[in-house]
Formats: sequence, C-alpha cells, structure tokens
Amino acid sequence: MKARVTVTLKTGVLDPQGKAIEGALHSLGVEGIASVRQGKVFDIEIDAADPEAARAALAAASEKLLANTVVENYRLELL
Amino acid sequence: MKAAIVLFPGSNREGDAARALRQAGAETSIVWHADHDLPTGTDLVVLPGGFSYGDYLRCGAIAGRAHIMDAVRSHAARGGLVLGICNGFQILCESGLLPGVLMRNRDLRFVCKRQHLRVERNDTAFTRAYALHQAIDVAIAHGEGNYEAHDETIARLEGEGRVAFRYCDASGKVGGAANPNGSTNDIAGIYSEKFNVLGMMPHPENLIDPLVGGIDGRGLFESLLRAA
Repeated sequence: MKARVTVTLKTGVLDPQGKAIEGALHSLGVEGIASVRQGKVFDIEIDAADPEAARAALAAASEKLLANTVVENYRLELL
Repeated sequence: MKAAIVLFPGSNREGDAARALRQAGAETSIVWHADHDLPTGTDLVVLPGGFSYGDYLRCGAIAGRAHIMDAVRSHAARGGLVLGICNGFQILCESGLLPGVLMRNRDLRFVCKRQHLRVERNDTAFTRAYALHQAIDVAIAHGEGNYEAHDETIARLEGEGRVAFRYCDASGKVGGAANPNGSTNDIAGIYSEKFNVLGMMPHPENLIDPLVGGIDGRGLFESLLRAA
C-alpha cells in the first residue's frame, strides 16, 4: 500500500523559510503569490492488512516522529 | 561527580564538554546512543552540541528517540541532573524532557559568535557559582535556536521562574539587538519543573580557558560540582 504523510506548520507559527521563498518568488516576478508556507511530504510504502490498520500505523508514525505536534500538523492519505 | 556524555552520530562537542567537566573536577565517560543503560552511579547526563543525524527531519528529532533517551528520562525522573547544550537542548525538547521547540533562526542565518547571557537565577545546581543577573560572556553556534512554545507554556515557564538564561548585551541589557535568533522572551535556556534538567543553546563549555578568550563558562561546571 502506498501512502503519503504531509506535515505542515500550524497557523500562527512563524515560518522564516516560507517567508524567504515568498520573497524570492516576488523577486522572480511570479505574479499573484500572496504567501508561502513550507512543509514536508513523506511517501511511504506500508504493509498493512487493511486501510484502517495502515491509517493507525501512519498516525503512530506521525505522532511519534514525523511531526512535532507542538508546531506542526499532519495529514494522512492512502494512495 | 560522575558525568556521562551521550554520543550520537553527528555529535561534535562531546570532547569540549568532557574537558570542561574534568577541569571542574568531574569524572567523565562517553556513552553511545544505542546503549540502553547509563553507567552505574551517573550523577549528570550531558547531551552535547553537534548535528546529530545530520539534523535530518528536524534538529534533535531522531536522537530524541534513541534507546539511551529512555535511560535519560528515567534518570531525570529520579531527580538526576541533565544538561543539554545546543543540539542537546534541541534533543531535550524533541524527547519531551523540556517543553517547546527550537525553530530556524529569525533571519535564517547560522550564527557563530560570542554572546552574553543574563543569569536569571543563581539558586540552581547549574548556576550557583554565578551572581544573580550576572552577564556572562560565552559562545553560540546554531542555525535553529529560536525558542518557541505555546503562549500558555511560555507563561508557565515565566511564572515558575524556569528561564535559566536570556540573551543580553555586555552590560546585561536583555533583548533587542542582543537577541541573535528571535527566540521568545529572549530565552537562551530553560529548566524542567524540578530544575534538574537544563537545556541551553549557548556553549559555556567553549569559554573555560583564557587561551580562547574567556572563562565565563566555567561557572556552570563549577556549580554542578558544588551540587555533587
């Protein structure tokens, strides 16, 4: 089973990297960029009996390691 | 005092920490991260600076989940002393031993320079050799030292007097241009609830010898030896 975990910064957490990218896009003249927030994507191959078990394992992975839930949110997708 | 310095792949200040501790009179040993136990009779655990696991995922994230951290957590729960410096502070936050997180520096630069800190209290095992509100001259070297936490966590740390050091200038004036990384309330280091765990971004272990320009870092290690 293929899965994707997307980790993003929570609203209100300062993201200096996103700000720098936003500034670079403006200086490149890319039109219409209002704001940029940077996150991470993890593409995962998972052996699981069913989608429910896969989701449980991915949630555990996210809570234990992939995301720092003090400042980050995560989203799980089975592909 | 018996000090155990934990070595992770990518740690690079373990030798500096050991030198500073030995100078103050401690016995030191190096413990590998994959070990499950600390040496018998360990009084102090040091998580040294460096770039554990290449800062992959998040600074300190993978080291914070290493086997030895279970032993460090038990040691801290028994009231044992734990000192995390720089990457060690990031590891303490990632492992849950200290609250909050160290984010990328405000202006995205790795900052490596001398830095003054104000000693916020001098009644702990780590600071009793300093004067209250003394401005000590140490060093910083980090790209992710911008301390952030939930508002309620910050309020709690402040309310309980758990801020150990704040960034200041040579005269002891806190904040403003003296804050090198944008950290909340100019926080450079914090204590655990029982004041037996200290995490700090600056490097006191690098200012212990007049040869490198200052000895203000010695006080922290001398404090620990007095605590023993």
